[in-house]
Amino acid sequence: MTDTDRRTDAATSRPLGALYAGNARSVMLRGWQATRSTNWLVVVSGFFEPIFYLLSMGLGLGALVGTITTESGQEVPYAAFIAPALLAVAAMNGAIYDSTWNVFFKMQFAKLYEGMLSTSLGPLDVALGEISLALLRGALYATGFLVVMQALGLNLSWWALLALPAVLLIAFGFASVGMAVTSFMKTFQQMDWITFLLLPMFLFSATFYPLSVYPQPIQYVIQALPLWHGVELVRGLTTGQVEPALLWHVLYYLVMILLGLIVTTRRLRTLFLD
Amino acid sequence: MPEPVIVAQNLVKKYKDFAAVDGVCFEVAPGESFGLLGPNGAGKSTTMRMVGAVSTRTSGDLRILGLDPNRHGPEIRSRLGVVPQADNLDTELRVRENLLVYGRYFGLPRAQVARRADELLAFAQLEDKAKAKVDMLSGGMKRRLTIARALINDPSILLLDEPTTGLDPQARHILWDRLFRLKEQGTTLLLTTHYMDEAEQLCDRLVVIDKGVIMAEGAPAQLIRTYSSREVLEVRFGSDLNADVAAQIAGMGDRIEVLPDRILIYSENGESELVRIVEAGLTPITSLVRRSSLEDVFLRLTGRTLIE
Repeated sequence: MTDTDRRTDAATSRPLGALYAGNARSVMLRGWQATRSTNWLVVVSGFFEPIFYLLSMGLGLGALVGTITTESGQEVPYAAFIAPALLAVAAMNGAIYDSTWNVFFKMQFAKLYEGMLSTSLGPLDVALGEISLALLRGALYATGFLVVMQALGLNLSWWALLALPAVLLIAFGFASVGMAVTSFMKTFQQMDWITFLLLPMFLFSATFYPLSVYPQPIQYVIQALPLWHGVELVRGLTTGQVEPALLWHVLYYLVMILLGLIVTTRRLRTLFLD
Repeated sequence: MPEPVIVAQNLVKKYKDFAAVDGVCFEVAPGESFGLLGPNGAGKSTTMRMVGAVSTRTSGDLRILGLDPNRHGPEIRSRLGVVPQADNLDTELRVRENLLVYGRYFGLPRAQVARRADELLAFAQLEDKAKAKVDMLSGGMKRRLTIARALINDPSILLLDEPTTGLDPQARHILWDRLFRLKEQGTTLLLTTHYMDEAEQLCDRLVVIDKGVIMAEGAPAQLIRTYSSREVLEVRFGSDLNADVAAQIAGMGDRIEVLPDRILIYSENGESELVRIVEAGLTPITSLVRRSSLEDVFLRLTGRTLIE
């Protein structure tokens, strides 16, 4: 068997051969190194944002609101109601920042992916590496926030421990869809649309009050959006209202992850390996 | 003859109806330094991208290191070093980190990459810049770092797309010296350029390419012998007069080219042509006798100058 034959075999035995070299790790490593040497301050700021929200809305506004009734009929303090929502939002924001603005910059200006894809890396390595990095950041924020919640007595059940993997799932979903959407963007103006869409989703996804305040048709709209599923999933866990219905939210995110990964990999392939 | 490392046969790349590369054939032997010479938009970079296994050919056949890039992209890329036309260094990382991280993209072990990075910093004469930020480097240093980065995986072939475009003369000479060393060490080089002197200095063999088609192929000296005379006399009479004068001196030398700013007279002996012009009662503003270059070959083949 010649050298060439063996290589041919190696390629045909891996169906994802041209897309994936099994080395997403090196892309993550690069992100970690870059964060360490240049933009760690941005990362730190993202940690405090949801905590500021929690303190102002939860404790400040909470003093006026008192308790609130959840979808499942449970009475909880206002801070304990919005804390899980803010946790889901933190996961979303961390993931979105890394997978949209960061990715956009690397793609359009730094030509970073062009460099990566002229090595033996495939587009799926790049996508997975970048998304994993976004996830790691999401995990870091979430852990910190959960600790703060615990300290303020806002975790009403031991199920809250499961909020951590739930938050990772949310971050994964947003990161992979975020990167997929970003891969179509060409200008800064288009990028602003992402921010423009995210803000109302943050405000209206049953984040600060129960879904039941809306008329039925609006409820359907909210329920179609990804953040609502994240908020409900995390809220169910931290308040201890665990039902099989939560699995629907999990499924929603699994589909998001899968679609995002497929589109991202395809787009990277079209863009850089035409 | 050893098996060629690059074989392109009737290589075509179309973007919609436009053929950027239109039936290109060439072979590169191991250890050879091969050039694609042509003006901007000739299809050089597109050819490079196909050879680099980051662009799929529309038709024709291509073998890199015996493999088909359509099916073995990652395997091929793992054995190539790529120096793109525009620097795409990682500006969020420092100089040495750029090499380390890039080496890891190839899945190479950490210790090996670290050792290689230090060797390459020395090779690129950037040892004292190891901890510098990439943005602080000069254009020439960035290019050298890009070349060092392309060598991190000990590639069988180094692809260089316009390696010295945009550099000042001194930086170009330093870079040529580095590339010449690589050539001496037996690295196969494939480079594109629109600079004559670069092609003459670095290429064992080259193809002249224009509008996606190969116009001529050979060693630089051989191309000059085939398509041009030994010497060229350049005379200027001023933009308004050049055309009139050209009519008067028609028939002098082997061939005459009239450019907007000067007249070129191709001849085995430039000085004697100049004497004939003066004897004819004409006084050029400036005159220059020089040896023929690849620029003249290109002019002969396409009727255009390389840098327009």
